[in-house]
Amino acid sequence: MTGTTTTPPGADENVTHTPQPLLEIRGLSVSYRTRGGAVAAVRGVDLEVWPGQVTAVVGESGSGKSTTAHAITRLLPGNGGIDAGTVRFGRHDLATLSEAELRTVRGARIGLVPQDPTVSLNPVKRIGEQVAEVLRIHGLATRRSAPAEAIAVLDRAGLPDAAVRARQYPHELSGGMRQRALIAIAIAAKPELIIADEPTSALDVTVQRVILDHLQRLTEESGTAVLLVTHDLGVAADRAQRLVVMSQGKVVEAGPTRDILADPRDEYTRHLLASAPSLTTPRPRTAVPAPKTDTAPLVEARNLVKEFRLPRTGDGPRTLRAVDDVSFTLHRGRTLALVGESGSGKSTTARLVLRLADATAGHVLFDGTDVTTARGTRARELRRRAQLVYQNPYASLDPRFSIGDVITEPLRAFKVGDRFSRLARARELLDRVALPAATLERRPAELSGGQRQRVAIARALALSPDLVVCDEPVSALDVSVQAQVLDLLAELQADTGVAYLFISHDLAVVRQIAHQVAVMRAGHVVETGPPEVLFTRPRHEYTRELLAAIPGGRVPSSAAEATTS
Amino acid sequence: MRRYVIKRLAQAAGVLWAAYTVSFLVLDYLPGDPVTAMASAGMDSGQVDPEQIAALRHEYGFDKPVLVQYAEYLGRAVRGDFGDSVATGRPVTSTLADALPQTLQLTGAALLLAVVLGGGLAVVATYTSKRWLRQLLLSLPPLGVSVPTFWVGLLLVEAFSFRLHWFPAFGNDGLRGLALPALTLAVPTGAQIAQVLAKSLLTALDQAYVETARAKGAGRWRVHLRHALRNASLPALTVIGLLVGQLIAGSVVVETVFSRDGLGRVTAAAVTAQDIPLVQGVVVFGALIFVTTNLVIDLVYPLLDPRIVVASDRRAGFA
Repeated sequence: MTGTTTTPPGADENVTHTPQPLLEIRGLSVSYRTRGGAVAAVRGVDLEVWPGQVTAVVGESGSGKSTTAHAITRLLPGNGGIDAGTVRFGRHDLATLSEAELRTVRGARIGLVPQDPTVSLNPVKRIGEQVAEVLRIHGLATRRSAPAEAIAVLDRAGLPDAAVRARQYPHELSGGMRQRALIAIAIAAKPELIIADEPTSALDVTVQRVILDHLQRLTEESGTAVLLVTHDLGVAADRAQRLVVMSQGKVVEAGPTRDILADPRDEYTRHLLASAPSLTTPRPRTAVPAPKTDTAPLVEARNLVKEFRLPRTGDGPRTLRAVDDVSFTLHRGRTLALVGESGSGKSTTARLVLRLADATAGHVLFDGTDVTTARGTRARELRRRAQLVYQNPYASLDPRFSIGDVITEPLRAFKVGDRFSRLARARELLDRVALPAATLERRPAELSGGQRQRVAIARALALSPDLVVCDEPVSALDVSVQAQVLDLLAELQADTGVAYLFISHDLAVVRQIAHQVAVMRAGHVVETGPPEVLFTRPRHEYTRELLAAIPGGRVPSSAAEATTS
Repeated sequence: MRRYVIKRLAQAAGVLWAAYTVSFLVLDYLPGDPVTAMASAGMDSGQVDPEQIAALRHEYGFDKPVLVQYAEYLGRAVRGDFGDSVATGRPVTSTLADALPQTLQLTGAALLLAVVLGGGLAVVATYTSKRWLRQLLLSLPPLGVSVPTFWVGLLLVEAFSFRLHWFPAFGNDGLRGLALPALTLAVPTGAQIAQVLAKSLLTALDQAYVETARAKGAGRWRVHLRHALRNASLPALTVIGLLVGQLIAGSVVVETVFSRDGLGRVTAAAVTAQDIPLVQGVVVFGALIFVTTNLVIDLVYPLLDPRIVVASDRRAGFA
């Protein structure tokens, strides 16, 4: 799409013949009513979408990008409202249109692809029914013709076996298939504009690529304009002709994608570009120590297998081999990354190492001792020396605990020290993770995502463990916060010599932190190697596929260089 | 699906057995002897001949060890024979069978009213955009739950029978006679349905699929009824299953207040007279109604929520 010839005039071109933008937002302000009064989420945003073009709105959480997108068709939550501004779409100002008139625009002329495909379909209705509903609402199909037309639309959205899928329920479909169904709902009425709100953020990278490719092809064929909301600068750079960068409810920079990537004018845009892991050339955060092959490994996994029982079918009992013959070693002070997509077995492998699950076969050696079947005191000893940082910092801290309670909990569990020494240790740990000591008194809800993940790291380090398993530790965080947390992890490793088992689906993140990478697929390790080798000369087909799927790969190299210089 | 039904039927049988056993044990350990009660009921509080009592004991098998009694009674109960009422001498089963239609009418009508009124209240309260109306409607269910049933009954009788003369104050005659008792019984039940349904409707309306529906251009009624209500009805359905037990218990009070014949009054009379076979029959019968309703609800569940059958089979999740 980057090679489109019908470029509408930019701001600085001389205007002789002006095509109208399809959507023109002027001075849009949106606020949410909360207990503490009105909170402004969007403040005076100007934005255009041209016919047949992809415009990407990029920003971090809280930047107001999603609110802006939802305000266009006034699909705001109950406590949100438009305070000022116009949303011109064709002849209408959507900001002042009556609710009844607005309904003739929603779905028919503006389609929405929502964020999370796992929760965006009605769980108790068949897929076909949900697609047909759009056609029925807007009188585009009769009760008789709707089912067949729904199947045709699903087929167009790239859902294989559309006729079968149409009769199924959402829970019977994978995330990628559900997102295709949602795309079918968005395109069913052949709208002029599609608003895609983080359409692939919940999907695996390879699925993300296929879906975005398909969406791009569909919209190009029909000349549909797309407003793509994303936190991923790489995705935006790949797909959009125009970029709109938002921060704290305001547009800080807007213009053609190439120009912004090559020459970001705003300070925040530059910061965002520098943090985006997928766009920058690998910047190892680890001071790579000399390979210590002579010393004994801290963790050694030998031919690990984990099977889960599946529901019986007519053919008798079935099992799923989530982990299949996995072996690796991890030395002190080093980071081993397990990389793979959902269902690859990477999290299960980590659970086996931590003895949170029982291995079906194989052995785990921790510091020379076999802990595969450790119980009681030996398992407890392992808990003390191996800690875990979870993916979701919003769910992994007890909301009723103060931060001090959270960090000292492992110390209390192992009866280390008295109340005062534990608090002193908590203060020291907070300092380590660069949080002010006053944080001790606060509750998790008062902290941002990045701060919470720092607390989770502090908690993991409280017992001075030898191993910390990081399960997608930065996946829920904004890119700039991601960068900070990764820096922190690398720094702590250099100071304490802790080893990390780092689980991630994000190759761009792994490239920055790992000493050794193991690529997993369907329970197998398909390729192992140091990142600098694996990323430049991948041997396995799947590794190549994963690397190709990293968004941002299509950016002209000059642009990528410009961001790092 | 067949496995599921068989599993559920086995569970239902287990519940009935447990109800029978627990009631047997409790009644056995309670003070008060059925034979003494029977003897004193049979003769006009005159002297009771110890020999006669012993004969009666022998006749009813009360002189045997408890376990033997239990086995014998259970064996007969399985075949539907709960013995004879001590007070009237009629078979327990036919006494209950006579009372059942009245009570089924009452509880059925009450359940229907509760679902319609409670459900309607929840739908309207969550649909309206008028804040004061929503607050007003949502404050009714807690009130309905907290006022005692007999008081509601007396209030209704006072208003609609004695003052307005719209409905009879007592008796079993037809629909008109049913109206007030059914309404009385429906108030606490409907209030609980309304509470649960309103809560889950509000939760459902916050879900992402509701936004998808709105983005399709669906109107508010469509979103409310076709998308939110169907999802929200699932927790309410579970509650209805539990409320059936409450309705049966409530019929004791309501049938007494309105002097209606039925299972409730049979129960009240049986307990007062220490009519142990009858009490035991009532317990098992109540359990049977409760178990049947919940079985039906469990079978209806998969029709409303396609995820249910799958989930009932799943043992282990996978990573």
